[in-house]
Amino acid sequence: MVAKIGLLALQGDYDKHSHILAQLGMQSVLIRYPQQLNEISGLIIPGGESTTISKLIDISNLRQPLLLFARKFPILGTCAGLIIISKLQQEDSRVKTLKILDITITRNAYGPQSYSFIDNLTVIIDNKRSLNIDVTFIRAPQINTFESNVEVLASYNNMPVAIRQGHHIGLTFHPELNNVILFHQLAFGHALITRPYF
Amino acid sequence: MKQNTTSFAIKVGLAEMLKGGVIMDVTNPEQATIAENSGAVAVMALERIPADIRKDGGIARMSDPEIIMEIQQAVTIPVMAKCRIGHLVEAQILEALNVDFIDESEVLTPADDINHVWKHDYNVPFVCGCRNLGEALRRIGEGACMIRTKGEAGSGNIVEAVRHMRQLQYEIRGLNGLNIEELMAKAKDIGAPFDLVCQVAKIGKLPVPHFAAGGIATPADAALMIQLGAKTVFVGSGIFMSVDPARRAEAIVEAVTYFDDFQKLASISTGLKGAMRGIDISDIPEEQRLQNRGW
Repeated sequence: MVAKIGLLALQGDYDKHSHILAQLGMQSVLIRYPQQLNEISGLIIPGGESTTISKLIDISNLRQPLLLFARKFPILGTCAGLIIISKLQQEDSRVKTLKILDITITRNAYGPQSYSFIDNLTVIIDNKRSLNIDVTFIRAPQINTFESNVEVLASYNNMPVAIRQGHHIGLTFHPELNNVILFHQLAFGHALITRPYF
Repeated sequence: MKQNTTSFAIKVGLAEMLKGGVIMDVTNPEQATIAENSGAVAVMALERIPADIRKDGGIARMSDPEIIMEIQQAVTIPVMAKCRIGHLVEAQILEALNVDFIDESEVLTPADDINHVWKHDYNVPFVCGCRNLGEALRRIGEGACMIRTKGEAGSGNIVEAVRHMRQLQYEIRGLNGLNIEELMAKAKDIGAPFDLVCQVAKIGKLPVPHFAAGGIATPADAALMIQLGAKTVFVGSGIFMSVDPARRAEAIVEAVTYFDDFQKLASISTGLKGAMRGIDISDIPEEQRLQNRGW
């Protein structure tokens, strides 16, 4: 039995995540319709443009189904995908977020593409395991505030860049561009037992 | 902090994020706002859209920085701008303006009839047009982080974009099964860097994201290019030369996401009012075809 993980395939670099899921022995399913959420036990909302993804979520009638899905199953949001599941620091009619995570976020906080970068992060999980990984920040957002139920997994310049809240994981960067499998493992490692009837 | 790190991977990274989207030509902040609200993943800031460049004639140059800056102010999505082929200084000015992507484009009048810009020298990523595999790999060799078909810009006619996309796919498939000696002969034949020819033979696709441009005027045109293998489409004149730009822009965005859903494409294509008029390619004299620019 193979765990099926959805890739929200409205816009963005979703295909890059399927390679990582394959390494973890998981099957990827491209998600474009609400009823497809019934087939999967976890979802990745990829990087892309948050304005575009937000608009297509409404066009595709996915807003309510995604909120219901998030109650039961893990979502991994990277970059624009993280924006989609967070609250905006400043409301902006261009991006209607799902407000699943109790964090506030600023879009494109580092500036234009010339300020995108690759750098090393130290990741701490359950206050013990510490890992060093290289990851890519592309016109990345920044997490401004977070509630006490949010666990910070990694920081950069003293700002949180990887967080966990319940079964959800949020990243301001792109692990898929450096073939980092850690966060996918963390988000979906238990996927098999959460939906045993498939 | 490694800000400003000029690595090819970082530049290709932005091209990856633009996949599954629509990049729209705009000439002012109002159009840029319409594009952003319609779901564009990026805008291309221009002084004139290709159809007007074709009509007006004269020399087409990089946009006035003022227009680019106004558009950067108006939207939060990436802003691209065009420089003339081989015009190093226009490229340097666009880098100084902090545009997110530079299109070294055949739509503008070339500044150099032999050489292109050495794109590895810049922090800002470049996209370039191509008609075939040799041209695509020469541009990637120079540092392009994204390749698009040229098509015939400003024509409203999809036939050239289809020709270029099919040609590229045909040539990529043709590398399959060639041995190392034959790949060298092929590299010589198509005028492409040998290492890139070997890489394409190995992975079966271009090493950078491959988008489509040139003549896309309807949601069906956009979906056609995605079905033929493009990851994203550039729409130049097709949106703002049409009767209802906002509605058409939105429909093209939706058509790219649902490129293989016949029912959705039918409803997306319904009631869009007039598309741009378009020109038959045989009515464009050979010397006026923009696709022939680039070497």
